[in-house]
Amino acid sequence: MAVQRKKRKRRELFALGNEAVAEGALLAGCSFYAGYPITPSTEIMEVMANRLPLIEDGVFIQMEDEIASMGAAIGASLAGRKAMTATSGPGFALMQEHIGYACMVEAPLVVVNVMRGGPSTGLPTSPAQADVQMARWGTHGDHPIIVLSASNVQECLEMTVTAFNFAEKYRTPVILLLDEVTAHTREKITVPDPDEVEILSRVEPTVPPEWFKPYADTARGVPAMAPIGSGYRTHVTGLTHDVMGYPTQRPDEVKDAMLRLFRKIDQYYGDIQMADEYMMDDAEVAVVAYGSVARSAHLAVEQARERGAKAGLLTLKTLFPFPRPAVEKLTHRCHTVVVPEMNMGQMSREVKRVNNGRTKVRTINRVDGQIITPSEILKAIL
Amino acid sequence: MADVTQLIHDYLRHNKKFPHVFCAGCGHGIVLGSLIRSVHALGLPKDDVVLVAGIGCSGRMAVYVDFNTVHTTHGRALTFATGIKMANPKLKVICVMGDGDAMSIGGNHLIHAARRNIGVTALILNNQIYGMTGGQCSSATPQGDISMTTPFGSLEKAFDIVEMCKAAGASYVARGTSFHAIQLDRLISSAIMHPGFSVVEVFSPCPTQYGRKNKFRNAVDMYKWLKANTVKVETLKEPDQKPADGRIPIGVFRDVEEPGLEERYFELQRKLMGQNR
Amino acid sequence: MKAPQPIDRFEIRLSGLGGQGLITLGRLLGSALALGHGYYVTQTQSYGPEARGGSSRADVVVSSRPISYPKTENLDLLVALSPEACNSYYRLLKRTGILLVDTTLVKHAPTNVYLGLPFTQMAKEQIGNPMTINTMVMGAVTHLLPFADPKVMRKSLEANLPAKIREVNAKAFALGLKQAQRNFGDAGGIWAAAEENGAHSEDDIIV
Repeated sequence: MAVQRKKRKRRELFALGNEAVAEGALLAGCSFYAGYPITPSTEIMEVMANRLPLIEDGVFIQMEDEIASMGAAIGASLAGRKAMTATSGPGFALMQEHIGYACMVEAPLVVVNVMRGGPSTGLPTSPAQADVQMARWGTHGDHPIIVLSASNVQECLEMTVTAFNFAEKYRTPVILLLDEVTAHTREKITVPDPDEVEILSRVEPTVPPEWFKPYADTARGVPAMAPIGSGYRTHVTGLTHDVMGYPTQRPDEVKDAMLRLFRKIDQYYGDIQMADEYMMDDAEVAVVAYGSVARSAHLAVEQARERGAKAGLLTLKTLFPFPRPAVEKLTHRCHTVVVPEMNMGQMSREVKRVNNGRTKVRTINRVDGQIITPSEILKAIL
Repeated sequence: MADVTQLIHDYLRHNKKFPHVFCAGCGHGIVLGSLIRSVHALGLPKDDVVLVAGIGCSGRMAVYVDFNTVHTTHGRALTFATGIKMANPKLKVICVMGDGDAMSIGGNHLIHAARRNIGVTALILNNQIYGMTGGQCSSATPQGDISMTTPFGSLEKAFDIVEMCKAAGASYVARGTSFHAIQLDRLISSAIMHPGFSVVEVFSPCPTQYGRKNKFRNAVDMYKWLKANTVKVETLKEPDQKPADGRIPIGVFRDVEEPGLEERYFELQRKLMGQNR
Repeated sequence: MKAPQPIDRFEIRLSGLGGQGLITLGRLLGSALALGHGYYVTQTQSYGPEARGGSSRADVVVSSRPISYPKTENLDLLVALSPEACNSYYRLLKRTGILLVDTTLVKHAPTNVYLGLPFTQMAKEQIGNPMTINTMVMGAVTHLLPFADPKVMRKSLEANLPAKIREVNAKAFALGLKQAQRNFGDAGGIWAAAEENGAHSEDDIIV
């Protein structure tokens, strides 16, 4: 990566999507990375291996597998660190149990999954978007989770910062999904001056330890978090727990705990659900896309407009909680919605659910390890 | 005796957590007592001690004590412990696991923790059975023994935890039993103060799920068996050989001073940052 | 930095064999155009086992506007450093596109209209290091890109290389540039000729 300095300590880099993720993580204050190499996500780990040892208290550790990587990241998060790990399909499958644990103990952390062709070992160096529903539902048990997506290299940086901010603000694991194309495309990015970026951190308790209830409900639904070693001596468990963090099976306590987990995300949908509109004001045909496919869709919409078709694009930056209002709005205005994705229809299912039969929904699905091209989308628009 | 009891009460959490889950005759409470006495004798502040536990009967130990406690997932306690230790090396991180936890599902993490010599203490409570789930065989169940999943006798050999941890590179390896409580205090204390990765395997009888099915009439028999069938390793003429009479050697099997991973990492970091200045 | 010229999606494919340093070339070229010149650039590459020893390629899209689709569809410039690459990708070249080959390795180009230099031979004989073939190609490509300033390209190249190999690669770059200037003529003229040729071409090169 070449570096050029400009005023205000902004840096311009010609970087891979994966490298931009690492830049974003460091910008967001990530000081702990635990991971295991896997194509096509490895560059994230490599940048972190180079950078974290040079940062005060920055910790990089290569673990024995992805299960261990998630375990170490959660441990570090509980000890007060902003922690992350990155992986790809097979590794993401191994992480699922610990993603559930992180949801349950409300450990803020970021998991990046660079999607490659599957199932199983599949196509290690080819793109796919087939882990979308796995990101939402991969771990067992009912749980809310935030899943974000990035479609270009600058967005890789920005969405990583957002992922850390959401993780800290809502005390939850946040999953950032990239696909191989986004991860392995080089583009010019601007790394902003740290002073220009809003960085959020978890709220720590202010009450004396003997008054502290580690899982007490608050107006925001997000309890204060005391790092291990700060004198609060809490109990953290994956068992369903009461407000003190101790295991409970009492239905009233279990219900309160579960409903709070959902509510802390639900009541902030407006903050969390992000989508970008392009040429949507008068659109009659809307493309709903995410990841690198949104870039193909962007060109297709431009080309459709040149030919006189009133096409528009909704790029989903938050995949879950599904940006229902943004999609609902367009199903009231457009006669057709086109959903291109590199899977057999994982997000189109969500779109159809929201659409509820109002408009035609055309799906474009590719599972051959190739990105959907602008011309394929253009054909579906026209 | 009364003062020891009082001491232990000082370290227990009294809000809502009792009665505990351990059966009558279970060895785990003795290990917990030994752990508390060791921490107290070493003068470690409660705030600096982190007890990380896996899943199983031994895993429930974490909730009872007034340290920083983390009850993790099955087999993965060491991965959390590694993260905590690297994130805050000042903490004394103690990992409590069972035999199924540490050796079966978590075997990979155990050998890697030993290999990287992370400054964590692993207490492996070996009751030779999966107790919490109702008595199925584990990778530490002796060959030929009966369990719910080996109703005709286990065909597989049991792991020798001490040998495996030594081979994997742990710098402190010891074995005790919940019968030899005084010795156990000593083993746990030295393990906690050891700089790198330390392992203490503790034979801890499970009368309910293991003893009953394997010809032990009661819990007392199991403790008597431990007394009769163990031998202090320092009394052996050839400490590296397994005793021919089948007795289980107990004591310290390896104790070498090697800096833990966290020490080496932060040493490297200081060097790199010095160069950068 | 001069204001970038208006370009609407100029697509370059750098193709050949694993070991020729094509992905590095893509990165160096992209970096020079993006950071040195201020263009929008996307650079992608083919990954996979074939990148070791087999065929290898890197794609660069250059534009003065933000680039939506990051991959190449219709090539303006195809650089082929092996006969296989030349044959497989030639059909992706626009009618008005330019083909640049390594004449040491590509003996029979699929068309009569192409540009060539014996890069492999030059790298071995004149630089004494076959590893410099990629920076030499960068020199020649710099000449072919009417929107690239050779000085900026060279500076960016040097900034991106470790000190140990900087000098030899700068030399290779200069040689590639000089030979292209001498053999191909003025870049404006080359593209005008390609335009002319494409407009009259009977060949249907449509994907």
